[in-house]
Amino acid sequence: MPTEEITLAALTAKDFASDQDVRWCPGCGDYAILNQVKKVLASLGSSKENTVFVAGIGCSSRFPYYVDTYGMHSIHGRAPAFATGIKMANPGLDVWLVTGDGDGLSIGGNHLIHLLRRNVNVNMMLFNNRIYGLTKGQYSPTSEEGKKTKSTPMGSIDMPLNPISLAIAAEASFVARSVDVDKGLGGVLTTAAQHKGSSFVEIYQDCNIFNHFAFKYSTDKDTKEDNIVRLEHGKPLVFGRDRDKGIRLTADGKPEVVELGKGITEDDLLFHDEHDEKLAFVLSRMRYPKFPEPMGVFYSIKDDCYEDLLEEQVNAAIDKRGQGDLESLLYSGETWEVKG
Amino acid sequence: MVSQKQEVVKVSSATIRFAGDSGDGMQLTGMQFTDTAAMFGNDIATLPDFPAEIRAPVGTVAGVSGFQVNFADTDIFTPGDAVDALIAMNPAAFKANIDDVKSGGVVIVNEDEFNKVNLRKAGYEADYNPIEDEKYDQRFKLFKVPITRMTKEELADGALSAKDVLRCKNMWALGLIYYLYDRSLDVTINYLNEYFGKKKKLPDVASANVQALKAGFNFGETAEIFPVQYQIDKASIEPGTYRRVTGNEALAMGLVAASQLSGKQLIYCSYPITPASDILHYLAGTRHFGVKTFQAEDEIAAMCAAIGVSYAGQLGVTGTSGPGLALKAEAIGLAVIQELPVVICSVQRGGPSTGLPTKTEQSDLLQAMYGRNGDCPVVVVAPRSPSDCFDIGREAVRIAFELMTPVMILSDGYIANGAEPWKLPAVDSLKKIEVEHPTDPETFEPYDRDENLSRPWAAPGTPGLQHRVGGLEKQHITGNVCYVGENHQLMTDIRAGKIEKLAERIPELEVAGEASGDVLVLGWGGTYGAITTAVTRLQGEGKSVSCAHLRYLNPFPKNLGEVLKGYKHVLIPELNMGQLRQLVRAKYLVDARGLNKVQGQPFLIEEIEQAVNLMLEGDWGEAQYLEPHQSQVSVDGQSLEARLAGATA
Repeated sequence: MPTEEITLAALTAKDFASDQDVRWCPGCGDYAILNQVKKVLASLGSSKENTVFVAGIGCSSRFPYYVDTYGMHSIHGRAPAFATGIKMANPGLDVWLVTGDGDGLSIGGNHLIHLLRRNVNVNMMLFNNRIYGLTKGQYSPTSEEGKKTKSTPMGSIDMPLNPISLAIAAEASFVARSVDVDKGLGGVLTTAAQHKGSSFVEIYQDCNIFNHFAFKYSTDKDTKEDNIVRLEHGKPLVFGRDRDKGIRLTADGKPEVVELGKGITEDDLLFHDEHDEKLAFVLSRMRYPKFPEPMGVFYSIKDDCYEDLLEEQVNAAIDKRGQGDLESLLYSGETWEVKG
Repeated sequence: MVSQKQEVVKVSSATIRFAGDSGDGMQLTGMQFTDTAAMFGNDIATLPDFPAEIRAPVGTVAGVSGFQVNFADTDIFTPGDAVDALIAMNPAAFKANIDDVKSGGVVIVNEDEFNKVNLRKAGYEADYNPIEDEKYDQRFKLFKVPITRMTKEELADGALSAKDVLRCKNMWALGLIYYLYDRSLDVTINYLNEYFGKKKKLPDVASANVQALKAGFNFGETAEIFPVQYQIDKASIEPGTYRRVTGNEALAMGLVAASQLSGKQLIYCSYPITPASDILHYLAGTRHFGVKTFQAEDEIAAMCAAIGVSYAGQLGVTGTSGPGLALKAEAIGLAVIQELPVVICSVQRGGPSTGLPTKTEQSDLLQAMYGRNGDCPVVVVAPRSPSDCFDIGREAVRIAFELMTPVMILSDGYIANGAEPWKLPAVDSLKKIEVEHPTDPETFEPYDRDENLSRPWAAPGTPGLQHRVGGLEKQHITGNVCYVGENHQLMTDIRAGKIEKLAERIPELEVAGEASGDVLVLGWGGTYGAITTAVTRLQGEGKSVSCAHLRYLNPFPKNLGEVLKGYKHVLIPELNMGQLRQLVRAKYLVDARGLNKVQGQPFLIEEIEQAVNLMLEGDWGEAQYLEPHQSQVSVDGQSLEARLAGATA
């Protein structure tokens, strides 16, 4: 049979757009994330047919409709469970999860922690806008204390969750953070996609209708470099518009902001080690305005993936017992003959 | 083997109940007797009955565990109404079970345990010991046997600790019963050597148990305490190879078979719940069939993962019971609108809420039918016996694949834990399950329809067929999100229509007996045995009664309406308060009446007989349903007021 040489044209970001109209509010941070994701897919050489986007419910969870891959818009909070099923059935698929602060941390909090501890090989993006958007403006598990919303006219009295701390505590093997409009988002998502295991990426996302400018401190051109610190493995934590500030650990292991110069050099600063769980947790506790908020990869380790271990058990069982035979299964145990 | 000294009485069937503390090993003892009877060639049916607590306080009535086995020289369908022989290992077991023993039945008690402390724990008044009470001596053949002491003496010189010695007393008691029913010890000796000796590597435990078993048997033979010995001949059973099987085992095997016959990997996603967990346990041991099991973080995740499996093109199955099914409802609705094939095994138990977790009931039929938001039909099937679970498991998978829809299997605790002999099918006679996946991007539309109104199943990984599924309403053919009213009406009608059309392709309802007459007894699920036996007996008495049993509950077989029209009266016995009755009345406008029982136990044959007789004799009256109380069905004393007054009196 003659074979035909087929040259596959490399896909561009545009090729990953579905034929459906995107229906987020004009100006929503989700558009920026969608564009970055399509670029990342193209740059990674992803194939459309082997990629699946799985989402729960909420504004961000409409994401799968807008990408020309396989996709599932599921039910509220449960996307991690669907994704786990998909990966068990076909570990070769490239599965992305899209969730929000309500979907992933409130109604779906349970599934999030169990996905992470099992280390199913998926990329999870948690769009954090600190508000319920699709239900028109109630406070969320990441809303700050005292926040006045439709459901908290006198101010929220809930302690907010810290998604990064939660992910680390849930045994995640990859934890990162970025911002919808930040130049670093594409890089973080690329690293997350290349990580084998559950990668958890919190993305600060602006809901310009119900919680506009919630993360202005981290997006405003003039101030953001003073309010975030970009993490790089093996590098000191330097930040500031003029890169004149840094993070140092005190004798009792607490972070403090210091100014470079006056006897303090970069060598005195905290050096990021993304394999250090304790350090990752310390970094996750640094919140604006007391600290610049870390962006980038907090934590990344190599660990076995659930679906691979499951596959290995199947193979081990077949090696030990031979390929299952229905006849011997049914006729196992005590059987007896009744003669005619 | 039969001792020459003794009178031997031939009987046709016997019902034996082993009862003791939940740590006394009564389930194992009962199972061993069952295997011995089955391998001898008797027909058998069993009813395990255990407490919800793993180890309820020792010696209390709450902690009593029982195992009932009916064995016979004829076909039997139930574990028996009344008990012919009770083995009570302590006062609590005596108290909890004595009322179920036939007048004149055999009662063997372990007299060593009838001491002050145990009598008090069982709730007997001070200075009262029932086995010293003449009324029991008169009503039953009461045998007081020092089982504890005899076991201790027998094993006094052995290698086991005092505590382990005591754990052999169930085998001593079993040996005694083997003598009473003239049974060989071989099956159990073989089991003890295999299990304790080889598998657990505890040869001392194996030999001590064998010794106790033999000692119990020899005691029966030499002590001459029993005036008679009973013999039950082999049943005339269809030739073939048989094994004992419980419903949960058969269901698990049915799912493995479906996986093999369809070429689809079975991934069973479940959260532990009584009485369904044994399906998970069984399947966890079948990895060499490519079977994967996923113990999810909760019921919802189990359902969602199973749907994920199906979306990805393999066989997603979940298993649960009533409370878990409630939690899965939203996700099942998603599978209905996404039109994905997924199988939900629900092993029913007493409800509502946590209810009676270890007791049987059929009260989740309406939940299975309707327990979701929106108009959300699923296919519902129900096995009628433990071995039928094998066929139902395969059938559910076949329908799910054919129709791209969730299929619900409604088993129940009685079927799940009960055992019967199963004539093993020839594996090459099992029908292949056809599955098709589209591959052609030119013709593919995600919500296109075939002749059964089913949509194509395109799995991720197939080039050019990328599409999105979701919980928002789909546009007909394209599957895009669509909020148009007429389209929603059409899609709702299609989802219902494909299930209704299935009625054309499933077997018609068969009637046992005449196609017309005075009474039709209509049942579903685990009541099959009791209904069939009762109706067969009544037919033997020349009465105009027939019965029919539904294995398909949604859709109903297409001839059900016709069948119902053939009879003056329709009786629907259910272990719920009338759920099938409500469906049948609503759909067919038939004045069906119910026999309804939610007492944690299956129907007795005589309860159904009594209900039919009331109907035949025109004594039923206007009641929509009757409940049996203390095994009696009567139109009197049914009202709640009367019973509340009775309870406080």
